[in-house]
Amino acid sequence: MTIKVNGQDFPPPDDARVSLLDLLREQLHLTGTKVGCNQGACGACTVLLDSRRVLSCLTLAVQADGRSVTTIEGLGTAEALHPLQAAFIEHDGFQCGYCTPGQICAATAMLEEVAAGMPSYLTVDLAADRITLSREEVQERMSGNLCRCGAHNGIIDAILDVAGEHRP
Amino acid sequence: MTKIQNAVIGSVRTVIGWVPAGWLPGGSPDPLIERRAAIGRQASRLDGPLKVTGEARFAAEVAVDNLSYAALVHSPITRGRIMRLDTDAADAAPGVILVVTHRNMPRLGTLALIGMSDMSAIGNSDLPILQDAQVHYNGQVVAAVIAETQEQADHAVSLIMIDYTAEPAKTLFEEAKATARTPASVLIEKNHVTVGNAERELSRSAHIVDNVYRTPPHNHNAIELHTVTAMWEGDGLLVHDTTQMVAPSATALAKLFGLKREQVRVLSPFVGGGFGGKGMWDHQIVAVAVARMVGRPVRLTLSREGVYRIIGGRTPSEQRVAIGADAAGRFTALIHSGYSVMPPYGACPEQYTLGSRAIYDAKSFEFLQRHVDLDIVPNTFMRAPGEAIGTFAVESAVDEMAHAMGVDPIDMRMANIAERHPVSGAPFSQHALKQAFTDGAERFGWNRRVAEPGSRREGEWRIGIGCAAGSFPYARMPGANVRITLHGDGSATIACSAQEMGMGTATVQVQHAADRLGLPLEAIRFELGDSDLPASPMAGGSSQTASVAGAIIAAAEKLTGEMLRLAGNASPVAGLRAGEVRLTDGGIASIADPSRHDSFESILARAARDDMTVTAAGSMPLEMFKFAMHSTSAVFCELRVSDVTGEVRVDRLLGSFDCGTILNPKTAASQFRGGMIMGLGLALTEETLFDGRSGRIMNASLADYHIPTHLDVPQIDVMWTDIPDPRSPLGARGIGEIGITGVGAAVANAVFNATGKRVRDLPITLDKLLPD
Ligand code: FES
Ligand code: FES
Repeated sequence: MTIKVNGQDFPPPDDARVSLLDLLREQLHLTGTKVGCNQGACGACTVLLDSRRVLSCLTLAVQADGRSVTTIEGLGTAEALHPLQAAFIEHDGFQCGYCTPGQICAATAMLEEVAAGMPSYLTVDLAADRITLSREEVQERMSGNLCRCGAHNGIIDAILDVAGEHRP
Repeated sequence: MTKIQNAVIGSVRTVIGWVPAGWLPGGSPDPLIERRAAIGRQASRLDGPLKVTGEARFAAEVAVDNLSYAALVHSPITRGRIMRLDTDAADAAPGVILVVTHRNMPRLGTLALIGMSDMSAIGNSDLPILQDAQVHYNGQVVAAVIAETQEQADHAVSLIMIDYTAEPAKTLFEEAKATARTPASVLIEKNHVTVGNAERELSRSAHIVDNVYRTPPHNHNAIELHTVTAMWEGDGLLVHDTTQMVAPSATALAKLFGLKREQVRVLSPFVGGGFGGKGMWDHQIVAVAVARMVGRPVRLTLSREGVYRIIGGRTPSEQRVAIGADAAGRFTALIHSGYSVMPPYGACPEQYTLGSRAIYDAKSFEFLQRHVDLDIVPNTFMRAPGEAIGTFAVESAVDEMAHAMGVDPIDMRMANIAERHPVSGAPFSQHALKQAFTDGAERFGWNRRVAEPGSRREGEWRIGIGCAAGSFPYARMPGANVRITLHGDGSATIACSAQEMGMGTATVQVQHAADRLGLPLEAIRFELGDSDLPASPMAGGSSQTASVAGAIIAAAEKLTGEMLRLAGNASPVAGLRAGEVRLTDGGIASIADPSRHDSFESILARAARDDMTVTAAGSMPLEMFKFAMHSTSAVFCELRVSDVTGEVRVDRLLGSFDCGTILNPKTAASQFRGGMIMGLGLALTEETLFDGRSGRIMNASLADYHIPTHLDVPQIDVMWTDIPDPRSPLGARGIGEIGITGVGAAVANAVFNATGKRVRDLPITLDKLLPD
């Protein structure tokens, strides 16, 4: 079996204790995925596993066996930025940039969750099939990704901008 | 600092006081204050594409051949001795290369504690590291394992058996107050300062507030963990670190390991957040020593728990603020004193009374800090050390006075904001705090505030508005050097060891250099984060921008002279002296007759030179001693408090700043907001919990230490006066720490306005606001 990372196949690690995070960073040298706590508290390690967001520090690499992982490196490049990456620059949605890949991966999946009609704790009408993406909805859905530099306003602005729901 | 140092600083101030302002740096304002093109522009970060694509390589992300991994064992006891140490199982565990304890750690000296005098004095502690069996605080490093993989190192750590004998430890702030020390100085300021007899004036005042305010310990919690990769190459040492002090670290490591400075290179091109916490601690020293022992590169990344255990944060404090006012609301006495922790082996005095010396006039003053000695991980500087918590106390007290007198809190401040430095009498270089209040109040809609607490309500929510002032000193550090290389194609490279932790260091200095050198932004490259480059001071005290800018000014002057000389007699600018030209349009032009212009490209080409390089150091920062130089702020907050749960929701936050020229509105706004958000954490949720019985941190994780999350952070409005400071490079003062300053009090004052409850101990958690 193989783990597909950004379209390329890799064998699972020999040591079953290796997290998906450490596989990416230490073995594949895909260091765009960050580590802030290694215990599921900060969101810096967020990647997409079959398009769903997961905390790679809490995911064993072997759990990704036969599945497809997308990291920040797979979303866009400096020459061809993903719309969220461009919006983060435009809205200054980061300072040190360390939480940034996790925020962008989380936002990518979050927008798909919204498009699929998945409710959040703030969603009033659970039966509605279209979710109105208010600023608070985005804030709530992004609250698993910590940022200590305090780039929160720029991050939410960038996401709303890309979601096409940006209201002044 | 000692009495002697007090005297030295005092006499420098006195002498500088006599020197005419015109002779000092900033004596004539920086010409770029008037003439700027790139400065002041909304430039996006130059490193933005690298950071959003994950290509920026942080310290733990440099690929290294033959790398080994380390993990640490932390003491679970607070004071005592290691009696029995059994590492056999760890030694035999798969992949283990070496187990290091005090038995086999090479003998090393200790670090010089952080001081203002020597750039390489950067120790947060001068305790020995793995040198003996003694344990000084809970969490201290007592052993390390080096293995082939991180998983193997982490597992082997769990196999080490240590028996300790515990000794009595000082863990209770309240008890240790009895033996508190009174230092002669706090940083470079005299500690015990009196003007008049403040206690007597207080007792005679028409109106008195006299209360004690408490703030808890805090941790920096940069999202990037502390991590270091150390490797020896022959006699040389290469260190990939995440540090706010690149060049000073190299010097300190050279001293500690008996090397020449040139043998040590520290690289730190990106720092994933610092806030005062990314300095020199035990882990770097362990990694360097151990890398030599195993003869391989070693990477040592602290666990998040490890960060709490061995990287100190902000000390707790207990502060008394007493204000006396006359019938007209003018302050007659201001007393600010208190206790904070500073173990004898620590370096950070948490200067919470310094800010209060610089805002308000009063007929009399008394300031005094006492240091409490606890057996604890040494506390250190954390964003706006002193000011962040000092303003909570003073600005809460001012609000209490305004309420007691039935005066609007802004009017109360306006009546007392000083026109000169209240204690030293030195003139302010530039000071528009009153304007910051007026502008901020208007934009915020302060007039909607209802003075009577608890009067505004929407359903279960009570709504309140509050404000506070902030003040943070300007600093430009000595010892900033830069190198400018002008290339044959007319582009330039600026290089120095400065640090980038999210402030936009390169972005802003490229903007600066573009204007200074008369080049377009695209023609300038900025290299930083490497101790082999000309040395910059540490990033601290909101000083880096001014320090590096001062060095670029000096280097540009030198470059001008060199290029004039090189231009020779055939040049349109021949015969002009440095003072008669300026750098503009990619070359040198006469100020009097700008049509006399010679481009850098043609000067270098005529001289058959590929490039021209100059290195220079910034002038001594004497302006700091002649003038009172402070960034100031007015912070406004509107919030709701639930009657049912006591929960506080901050709806609006506005910061109105007076910090001189704003060099890049985009990155500056982000820094202001970032500071203010950390201020929201300080006000409402953040607290490092020490178990008083054991001295052990109980919430050593990001799940249990609550920093603000997206849903906690409202849209934050920031504005600024943008009045240049005539005494500083570019007219700018620091902006990195003023943002957090004052926020704690603005929130607490808004909570009072909402509920009538005065919370004097942070954080303002739900339990403190539950209806009685
Ligand atoms: S590193 Fe995975 S959540 Fe923090
Ligand atoms: S940008 Fe630094 S932690 Fe978010």
